[in-house]
Amino acid sequence: MGAQLRVYKRRIRAITATKKITKAMEMIAASRIVKAQRKVAASMPYATELTRAVTAVATGSNTKHALTTEVEAPTRAAIVLITSDRGLAGGYSSNAIKQADRLTERLRAEGKEVDSYIVGRKGVAYYGFRERKVTDSWTGFTDSPAYADAKRVAAPLIEAIQLETAEGGVDELHIVYTEFVSMMTQNAVDGRMLPLSLDKAAEEDGAKGEILPLFEFEPSAEDVLDALLPRYVESRIYNALLQSAASEHAARRRAMKSATDNAGDLIKSLSRLANAARQAEITQEISEIVGGASAMADATAGSDK
Amino acid sequence: MAAELHVELVAADRNVWSGEATLVVARTTSGDIGVMPGHQPLLGVLESGPVTIRTSEGNTVIAAVHGGFISFADNKLSLLAEIAELADEIDVQRAERALERAKSEADAAAERRADVRLRAVTG
Repeated sequence: MGAQLRVYKRRIRAITATKKITKAMEMIAASRIVKAQRKVAASMPYATELTRAVTAVATGSNTKHALTTEVEAPTRAAIVLITSDRGLAGGYSSNAIKQADRLTERLRAEGKEVDSYIVGRKGVAYYGFRERKVTDSWTGFTDSPAYADAKRVAAPLIEAIQLETAEGGVDELHIVYTEFVSMMTQNAVDGRMLPLSLDKAAEEDGAKGEILPLFEFEPSAEDVLDALLPRYVESRIYNALLQSAASEHAARRRAMKSATDNAGDLIKSLSRLANAARQAEITQEISEIVGGASAMADATAGSDK
Repeated sequence: MAAELHVELVAADRNVWSGEATLVVARTTSGDIGVMPGHQPLLGVLESGPVTIRTSEGNTVIAAVHGGFISFADNKLSLLAEIAELADEIDVQRAERALERAKSEADAAAERRADVRLRAVTG
């Protein structure tokens, strides 16, 4: 076998092996999307009911709560950025990171300090490499987050927002995650969790314009709100984590699908080249034999004279 | 026909139970509260404790609920809990083991959780 042909054969073998891996990853991701989507759907009733309850208390009572009223001049904001633990998911993590960068810039332009909270190894690595300050970070559960994970993420945030700004607390709480629109579309979005903007909460609830009844609060409106808001933050973070997980799997499936397709194309064009090389080799051999034979014939013809 | 109210018992990650009921008893931070159809709109904070739902068929559904909220409006009652389990989902032996362990470790929260589970099963 000629050297050229051997090189082609080796490359084809290597690409075939890679293609098998990407194909497997694609199929695993595809099966996980469905699971993740189901989890998002399962968490919806709780989130919807909770938003409804929060809206009800905040609109139905005249209570002024630290978490629902906007501070006159907010000076510090916290951003929760949700990225993935693993790579090979196309632009999934970097899109979320870029969105967080834009949000950070906007908040800085408004004169606010920004505290970064990061979920996922990719985000942590990005911030670590650029030596940016990370207030807190969590890794290891972005594949399939549980409610307990959301609680763990929410705890320091709730603590920070309840502190006075002068003592290191924050005035605003933003979240950056990847919204799962469909199998093909996932958008990195940012949203403000606190202070609560009630119109938005009602809109998300899908119950815009619904007149909420006058509630009787047990034990009191303040206590109910005190208990509700941390749960609300947790549930929002949980929902964001679940959507991000679904988006991550969808992004990985797409990235792996195009990798598999590319590997297929490569194998095709390399086999064409390999075939041409083999054919060229054969042609050369034939012409060598023919040439050799005619030279022999010429030589014997010559000696006969 | 007896009046009915619609009940949704939802945990953070799933819908635990939903259906029609004639009476729901739950424990709020200020004491047990019973809700029947036509109750005035209510929003309360729940303590961990058993929730009793008397369904319109006359059955009784008991669930262990750990923290959360009760909200009632327009004859619809929502019980929101981070963790909620129906009595027949609870693993009694596991809850008993958890109770013993919590007692020996003097973990009040865990002891209470296990206790609520057991009480939900025994009724």
